[in-house]
Amino acid sequence: MTTVSAERLATLFVDVADTLVDDFDVVEFLQMLTRRVAGLFGTGEAGLMLADERGRLTFMAASDESARLMELFQLQYGDGPCLDAFRTAQPVTNVNLTAAAEKWPAFAPRAAQAGFESVHAFPLRLRKEVIGAMGVFGRANELDEADASIVQSLADVAVIGLLQERAIHHGEVLTSQLQGALNSRIVIEQAKGIVAQARGVSPDDAFTLIRDFARQNNYRLSQVAESIVTGLPNLPDLSGR
Amino acid sequence: MTIVDEFLARVTGLVADEPARPGDRQGVAGILRRLCSAAERALSASGAGVSVLAGGGMRGVAAVSEPAYELLEELQFSLGEGPCLDAFAGRQPVLVPDLSDGAMVRWPGYAPALHGRGVRAVFAFPLQIGSARLGALDVFRARTGSLTDDEFREALTFADIAVTTLLDGQARAAPGAAADGLDDEVVGQRAELFQAQGMVAVQLGISLVDALARLRAYAYAEDRALGDVARDVVARRVAFDSGQS
Repeated sequence: MTTVSAERLATLFVDVADTLVDDFDVVEFLQMLTRRVAGLFGTGEAGLMLADERGRLTFMAASDESARLMELFQLQYGDGPCLDAFRTAQPVTNVNLTAAAEKWPAFAPRAAQAGFESVHAFPLRLRKEVIGAMGVFGRANELDEADASIVQSLADVAVIGLLQERAIHHGEVLTSQLQGALNSRIVIEQAKGIVAQARGVSPDDAFTLIRDFARQNNYRLSQVAESIVTGLPNLPDLSGR
Repeated sequence: MTIVDEFLARVTGLVADEPARPGDRQGVAGILRRLCSAAERALSASGAGVSVLAGGGMRGVAAVSEPAYELLEELQFSLGEGPCLDAFAGRQPVLVPDLSDGAMVRWPGYAPALHGRGVRAVFAFPLQIGSARLGALDVFRARTGSLTDDEFREALTFADIAVTTLLDGQARAAPGAAADGLDDEVVGQRAELFQAQGMVAVQLGISLVDALARLRAYAYAEDRALGDVARDVVARRVAFDSGQS
């Protein structure tokens, strides 16, 4: 890659940012990103791995099958540029594979065999944390400093996309739990009112009746409340089983 | 620090510094009440309210800066129209800087009620994250005029903090989230309303939906807060079946 034109670069970032809106799909997004990064290099491919909550790396996306294999090799044999970038939080650039057999005894010969000559890897950084790495597999030493910082910026964009997705997904799960809890709580209160009126007791005593009935019959409280509420105008018989 | 972070830090501080009042609830309900008061002050409003929608368009969780605004928040649900419901349905802020400008057509029942209570402008902000929606934050003003850019951003930030507060409460309540542990946090002062709803349904032999409508109609006609009426029903000071209760 010899430094890309500003125009092309601008288009690239706009394209990437464009996908950060509605209907965001992580895998699709990362797939697109690796293809874009690969496209910056005349003859390169890119792959990306992410850490799960326990810090274990998993393959996420690659621009083509050969890059996918390069990512999987690293994960399987435990050495390679992406693992180094992940561990050190620093980019690894312009490593000639023929001279890297000592550094990566498992990865280097396999990558060379697949026809690659040089490799680069970039950490996906979030403040002090590293959440993954992106590898670029090429044909020659071809990244200057400007190039490297462009690719690192793209890795940073990937992180923004991922964070957004994680935050929204987490929020949506909690939201649906909240709405579920809210609805079932409302149904319980309504059932208390129904039983209180029908039996001429206080809402607290009505709750005791409902709860005891649920326990004796091994129903969930919310199930009993639901059946009281949906059973109207028939009034519940909570006396036995 | 980005602009968003600055607003978040500032507004979070405003909510944290807002003094508690006697009668404030613990947990989520109390934080939301203080958030409404902080929003009222920061946005030069006359009142603010948060409503969370439950199933069937019911108002599940609620907080207001001043008790007088409880009526105005609830009235939207009685009438089925208003800025809160529009912000929720449209997933975007509803900004009405001058109520005399078209609002009477948009909310033929609600707008006159607002006007009658001295409200001249109203702004509503959806409580949402991604595609999930919870409710809305309403801001009422006694004078006409738009929010400034900064006020608009602040209002959005208040809405974000309301969402975070609700979700944090939910995250804490989540382990073994049997509905049991949640009443004070989630339903709070609304519990009596739902009990009253059940009682009135039995008193009149009608559905829960109709029972709520009767309660709302009664509160509206008597110009009383729905929560007060509900408390009277639960305490058997008010009965709808005019005979025995």
